[in-house]
Amino acid sequence: MAITGSATVETRPGPPLWLLAELTYRCPLQCPYCSNPVDFADQDKELNTEQWLDVFAQARTMGAAQLGLSGGEPLTRPDLVELVCGARELGYYSNLITSGMGLNRDKVAALADAGLDHIQISFQDAEEAGNQLMAGSRKAFQHKLEMARAVKEHGFPMVLNVVIHRHNIDRIGDIIQLCLDLEADYVELATCQYYGWAHLNRQGLMPSRVQLQRAEQVVADYRRRLEDTANPCQLIFVVPDYYEERPKPCMNGWGSMFLTITPDGTALPCHSARQLPIDFPNVREHTIETIWRRSPGFNHFRGDAWMPEPCRSCDEKHEDFGGCRCQAYMLTGDATNADPVCAKSPHHHVILAARGQAGTPLDQVPPLTYRNERNARLIYRG
Amino acid sequence: MSAPHQDAVPLLRRGFRLQWEPAQQAHVLLYPEGMVKLNDSAAQILTLVDGERSVADIVATLHQRFPEVPDLEADVLDFLEAAHGNHWLSNR
Repeated sequence: MAITGSATVETRPGPPLWLLAELTYRCPLQCPYCSNPVDFADQDKELNTEQWLDVFAQARTMGAAQLGLSGGEPLTRPDLVELVCGARELGYYSNLITSGMGLNRDKVAALADAGLDHIQISFQDAEEAGNQLMAGSRKAFQHKLEMARAVKEHGFPMVLNVVIHRHNIDRIGDIIQLCLDLEADYVELATCQYYGWAHLNRQGLMPSRVQLQRAEQVVADYRRRLEDTANPCQLIFVVPDYYEERPKPCMNGWGSMFLTITPDGTALPCHSARQLPIDFPNVREHTIETIWRRSPGFNHFRGDAWMPEPCRSCDEKHEDFGGCRCQAYMLTGDATNADPVCAKSPHHHVILAARGQAGTPLDQVPPLTYRNERNARLIYRG
Repeated sequence: MSAPHQDAVPLLRRGFRLQWEPAQQAHVLLYPEGMVKLNDSAAQILTLVDGERSVADIVATLHQRFPEVPDLEADVLDFLEAAHGNHWLSNR
């Protein structure tokens, strides 16, 4: 490992074990916590089939083994089955991360034949009204239920992912029960992380501490019940870092194992990093090897030479890497600062203020801004 | 969780895949959104978990390959028990 985070020195990072291919920003849903960039409508056009297959092959040679096929909604790509076939031939374990919209029984069968390993479907809630409130689609809920059943019928392992926020957290027990009824193998209860559209809508999404504590109790009770009945389903509850006193070790360290490729071919160390004032390389111009090993963008926050205080002298800096660069940038204006989630950060008051606002009655909170192209253009123009 | 029965025929749970990764110079176990890098002995055992060999067969095969290793059977049983506990395996 390099002893410096300097952008000019070649470093020897480990392999990019995880490749996240954001195939498209197109999506029929409008979730107000979407992690896509808020200016997605302005992005250039998508990589074509050959370009994606070339990216897969190059990253696989570098050591990538897990492949996430994500978006937007990856099912809007007409070449998805072809991409899955290519990924399987290369030896990837491929994960389809989908809203379930655009899926049908024939497509589930075609994806199984193509060698897809796993399907993750997102739900917004355990009931139709809550689902519709977030997804902005009336038919989505029934369709998702049907597709989850089809996924299991084809023998796929299934992860159900539900983003948790102040509007649905009090129904977390119903949400878990729904996932168990659908025979999910893993249930990800991912409390909103405030990036992208979710940052824009933070006040309307962030649960209060009391809500969170109740939810943790419900999850603990369900976990005990699963263990008692030898049910292999695993509940993964991601609590919001805004209620922590130490930051998360974001992406397990900048450029340490995660490689994201956005629809237009931009390579990022995480799917939010595009918002940083850093020049990131594009696979249309550089090989994955150059991008991963030698690009200034990927070397920017490797090592620890870039850290100012309080991180520089902190004895925990190799455990959490100073937290998340995007969060530091969004909340302090400087991406090198300690993530304000850390109680040692001089900007921690920003987090405390957000916690204080979390219980604000809904009628005093600005309405949610939905993720759609019209809003994306408005926001981009400022 | 109790030690696996000698006649039990374990197999990798659906959605789990064992493969050699040159970049890591190791066998890994892949599953939905996860990967475990296996040490040599874990890989030796898991490559014999094929849905056809019984626990007794797996132990016998490893005995032949590594006659000098003491307590081999206990180690294999411990590993299989842990692998069941992690929900990596199911029984045929």
